Amino acid sequence: MQNITATVVSNDEIADRIYMMKLDVGEFHVKTPGQFINIKLKTRFLRRPFSVCDQNGGVLSVVYREVGAGTRDMTRAKAGDCYDILAGLGNGFCLDNSGKRPLLIGGGVGAAPLLLLARRLAERGAEVAAVLGFNRKSDVILTDEFAKYCVRVAVTTADGSHGQKGLVTDALGGAECTYHYVCGPRAMMKAVAERLPGDGEYSLEERMGCGFGACLGCTCPTRGGHKRVCKEGPVLAKGEIIW
Amino acid sequence: MVDLGVELAGLRLDNPVIPSSGTFGYGEDYAGLYDLNILGSIALKGTTAEPRRGNPLPRIAECEGGMLNSIGLQNPGVDAVADELLPALKAHFNKKVIANACGFSTEEYVYVAKRFDACDNVGLIELNVSCPNVSGRSVGGDPNALFKLVSEVRKHVSKPLLIKLSPLAADLSEIAAAAIEGGADGFTLINSPTGMRIDPVRRSPVLANGRGGMSGKMVFPLALRAVYDVYSRFRVPVIGVGGISSAEDVVEMMLAGAAAVEVGAANLVDPFACKKIIESLGPTLERFGFSSAREVVGLAAQTSKT
Ligand SMILES: Cc1cc2nc3c(=O)[nH]c(=O)nc-3n(C[C@H](O)[C@H](O)[C@H](O)COP(=O)(O)OP(=O)(O)OC[C@H]3O[C@@H](n4cnc5c(N)ncnc54)[C@H](O)[C@@H]3O)c2cc1C
Ligand SMILES: Cc1cc2nc3c(=O)[nH]c(=O)nc-3n(C[C@H](O)[C@H](O)[C@H](O)COP(=O)(O)O)c2cc1C
Ligand code: FES
Repeated sequence: MQNITATVVSNDEIADRIYMMKLDVGEFHVKTPGQFINIKLKTRFLRRPFSVCDQNGGVLSVVYREVGAGTRDMTRAKAGDCYDILAGLGNGFCLDNSGKRPLLIGGGVGAAPLLLLARRLAERGAEVAAVLGFNRKSDVILTDEFAKYCVRVAVTTADGSHGQKGLVTDALGGAECTYHYVCGPRAMMKAVAERLPGDGEYSLEERMGCGFGACLGCTCPTRGGHKRVCKEGPVLAKGEIIW
Repeated sequence: MVDLGVELAGLRLDNPVIPSSGTFGYGEDYAGLYDLNILGSIALKGTTAEPRRGNPLPRIAECEGGMLNSIGLQNPGVDAVADELLPALKAHFNKKVIANACGFSTEEYVYVAKRFDACDNVGLIELNVSCPNVSGRSVGGDPNALFKLVSEVRKHVSKPLLIKLSPLAADLSEIAAAAIEGGADGFTLINSPTGMRIDPVRRSPVLANGRGGMSGKMVFPLALRAVYDVYSRFRVPVIGVGGISSAEDVVEMMLAGAAAVEVGAANLVDPFACKKIIESLGPTLERFGFSSAREVVGLAAQTSKT
């Protein structure tokens, strides 16, 4: 974990109420995709956790959905504003497990951490495929970016306004993969876990007090005992998760 | 140079700043962040006889100027703490720690407190009779029950014994008097008072457990008042805790009568909070015209009225 004063480089609405914030983090390097940062906002007491979406040099990006007071506050950030962040939190995905043809499955803003994963897996020579699911066309994010690193990107929308109509689980058919990585709403992840044979990893979300293991605010039961989502997670192996 | 040293129930501390129970685990998550030996002491996570899993999720909610938690005393049990975690902590912290003993029966409190009493790096025992997150009426709200509990624990414990109370008791003085009569050396004030948040979308409480303990800046005046009342009346050692996030808060708390202070939720928001407070405490005391931390204790407390 590192405590950094990050400077906002840009903060743009990339879909309906979904923003991409780019932060200058200096020397900091994201060790593993799936790790998250915890942002201190002046107007809120607790920090707000966001998965790292991508990193280019000293600039790290997060993609966030405006859902409450904290994220609303973030939408007002301008280039040059500073945030106190804790970076390098959580375990992240295990890239060594991917095999030759990993499949990435993202739901909504859950697609965000999978982008850096796609990139790092592609750099290692894996043939990465992605299935990204959204509610409607106005929610669709990052598909062009995924296309840069993936051999195949399938997009679904629940209302059929973009890509294939349906849920991500409707687009898994025939997807032969060596391993899978999933991030999205819990119900979607559960459906994927039931549908996809084989092993995979899932990124969980819980309300957090600290984000670095101190408060036990995020401890969830798993088949491997109790785990802190912020420290032993947020990424858990499929076999450990109790849905 | 301002002398930051204080005395707490016979224990000498290099400075009055102590991370509070439940916000610092057993030190392990902070050990890599800064040299823990700069701390006055460390108050360990509330510990029961048996391991406890704690409450269902969500356990955390937020409010203006603070947070709510319903951890539910998740801990590995006193045997693991005494046999493994306390010895392991010595590698990172070479001073005495404060053990936080919890229980659901007199026997359990006695067992936990006895085990801690036998640990060489425990300097003081905090008897937590005020956890807001476990079911059952807490003995901390009933003077008779508290007197019996403290008397019983006192028989088995030779280390200083501070009772950690909730500020919500109708008559805090009566509760405190009962604890002192039972043999308590002093108090830790306050444990987090219970509160609630409701999610209008789900139309139900945010916390799975419904209620949770409130902490953070917003409880500071409540904690300060509790310290002031109890210290003014009894002049016993008090650790002031609740909403402290700056050296100014420490000074205020000590003026009310706190011999030392604990910092809780502020550590969760800023893992370096205690370090920053300690670093600015000297200059802050100086600014208010003090040459030592010790001399501040109780200066603003009420002189006894007859
Ligand atoms: C490890 C992790 C990674 C995340 N990554 C992303 C991401 O990449 N993009 C994104 O849009 N969102 C992400 N989230 C969710 C994001 O943290 C919440 O949407 C955000 O905290 C909401 O803050 P708010 O003030 O707008 O909402 P409010 O509802 O006003 O927040 C109140 C409290 O609840 C907490 N909270 C509310 N919703 C959530 C939630 N879904 N998960 C955890 N805590 C919540 C807040 O942190 C705050 O403490 C992530 C959460 C976790 C735990
Ligand atoms: C996450 C969390 C866990 C806590 N666990 C304990 C505990 O195990 N035992 C205890 O006596 N107090 C516990 N507390 C209460 C704190 O030690 C402290 O008394 C209270 O939070 C008020 O201080 P603060 O406002 O500085 O946080 C906990 C508080 C928090 C926020
Ligand atoms: S959020 Fe504090 S331990 Fe995970």
